[in-house]
Amino acid sequence: MQKYLIEAEDMTVAYDKKPVLWDIDLKIPKGILMAIVGPNGAGKSTLIKAMLNIIRPISGKVLFNGCDYQSQRQYIGYVPQRGSVDWDFPTSIFDVVLMGTYGQMGWIKRPGRKQKEKAMDAIKKVGMEEFAHRQISQLSGGQQQRVFLARALVQDADIYFMDEPFQGVDAKTEKAIIVILKELRSKGKTVIAVHHDLQTVKEYFDWVTLLNTKIIKYGEVDEVFTAENLKLTYGNIS
Amino acid sequence: MSIEALMGDYTLQIVTLGSAMLGAASGVLGSFAVLRKQGLLGDAVSHAALPGIAFVFLITGVKHTEMLLLGALISGLMGTFVIISIHRYTKIKFDSALALTLSSFFGLGLVLLTYIQRIPNANQAGLENFIFGQASTLLKRDVYTMIVLGSIILLIVGLLWKELKIFSFDPEFAQSIGFSDRKINIILSGITVVAIIIGLQSVGVILMSALLIAPGVAARQWTDKLSVMVILASVFGIISGVLGTAASSLAANMPTGPAIVVVISLIVFFSLFLAPNRGILWRYLKMRRNSREINEDRILVNLYQLALNHDDIYHAHQVAMLTPIEIVEFKAEKNMVKSLHSLAAKGYVRGDYFDTWAITDAGIEQAKRIVVENGGESL
Repeated sequence: MQKYLIEAEDMTVAYDKKPVLWDIDLKIPKGILMAIVGPNGAGKSTLIKAMLNIIRPISGKVLFNGCDYQSQRQYIGYVPQRGSVDWDFPTSIFDVVLMGTYGQMGWIKRPGRKQKEKAMDAIKKVGMEEFAHRQISQLSGGQQQRVFLARALVQDADIYFMDEPFQGVDAKTEKAIIVILKELRSKGKTVIAVHHDLQTVKEYFDWVTLLNTKIIKYGEVDEVFTAENLKLTYGNIS
Repeated sequence: MSIEALMGDYTLQIVTLGSAMLGAASGVLGSFAVLRKQGLLGDAVSHAALPGIAFVFLITGVKHTEMLLLGALISGLMGTFVIISIHRYTKIKFDSALALTLSSFFGLGLVLLTYIQRIPNANQAGLENFIFGQASTLLKRDVYTMIVLGSIILLIVGLLWKELKIFSFDPEFAQSIGFSDRKINIILSGITVVAIIIGLQSVGVILMSALLIAPGVAARQWTDKLSVMVILASVFGIISGVLGTAASSLAANMPTGPAIVVVISLIVFFSLFLAPNRGILWRYLKMRRNSREINEDRILVNLYQLALNHDDIYHAHQVAMLTPIEIVEFKAEKNMVKSLHSLAAKGYVRGDYFDTWAITDAGIEQAKRIVVENGGESL
């Protein structure tokens, strides 16, 4: 039995001479909501992408349940940053959510009835059923985030990585998302989210990683999320 | 050649079939290029193909289509590689790298072609057709090659539809669920380059990218569904391929590339202007309708306020009273009367003697509704 669900060891990422992430070691247990917090350019998104195998680290590795990403990827879900795609793309909300089922299907096979039902259930879960067949360009920021969340729910994963799920969403959507996150946790799933709003860290998350290229501290919010550690992370701005 | 003779001409039928296939394949692939905002890359590949064609001819001394196109393929890919390398390893921006590579390869191609025309070799005639394209130089064999390659391209797109869709929309998500973006990128770029290369003979290196991009741009105007867009783009590609080929056969010495591009440009022009929802005309009309409706709302609310301040609610007021002070000018009053007539037609106001107007019960209800909708300051 593996004690930790996710283990990152000696992970370093660099695009240029200056590393974006330096020597990351993380051990994350099962069934927690963890925030990744840090100043702009701290490498928060990069950390998620490196764990998801989207960016290849120049050294180090990440293990899920003691195995590598490729063998575990059907248990891993991803909610990218809302702004990372072109929302004028000719497709409907239903189609985008259906993409969450593609991973389990593999190459060439097409989604069938079962997948479509799953997608519709997820759309209902985020309260978007009346827009299901609308083109995605007409959505507000909060609605876009709900669509991405629905797509991740369809993945039926055990571990979710979310890149700023609360960025630019309305208060109602923020509440709806947090309800879903807590529900995921109660089912024993693990969520790791890049988070910007320091005010809500204590309220929303159990664990926190303070990141600024290196990991400053990580662990349970009550222990780690202190004024002193935040100063170490953000420098003396406040 | 007359149109009747054209229809009956077997060679021309074959050539037209080739152009149709080319139009279909490039329309389909161009849709993805447009959505991935990679329209210019096709331009670079086709321009960069010219020196390859000239080189192969210099080495072999004969005009063997397959060999020439192989040369085109190699130098086209080299051009793409140069662009990507410049972008990756220097600080030069992508568009500069592209323009630089495109023009230098094309320039080299022209220099080589000029040199070829000086050397005594009877075979050289017609090589310059690769610049603007000449469908009538296609041999039956060439057309068969086009049809086979075009069918393979369409088949690949059909099989990998799901993968191409997710890769075009959200490549990082695609990667996270196990669809290697390198693999899909190589496949998509590969078949796009093949489509460009098989089009060089009939459309030419300069204008081939237009046949790739324009059908996708036009098709995007008419639909919000990817499948409809791709099918529509291939239909536009077929129409312009066929009509362009026919036009260039009817007029002596007319190169095919420009004829095809004129046809597809007309389709793009109409699509940009007239398409519902996204068309320029449609958007303009919608904007005008919106501002007219808002204006009418404002007038009705003004009238309602006047009515409330008057002993008799249904008292008729002069137009001048209703016009906001800052825009009291002749045109404003004329527009005002127009709006009042439109409001009267809806039953919200009633025209009284001369130019005075009174609010109706329905108008009062509507005015209350408007006030509530716009934040509801109490009156």
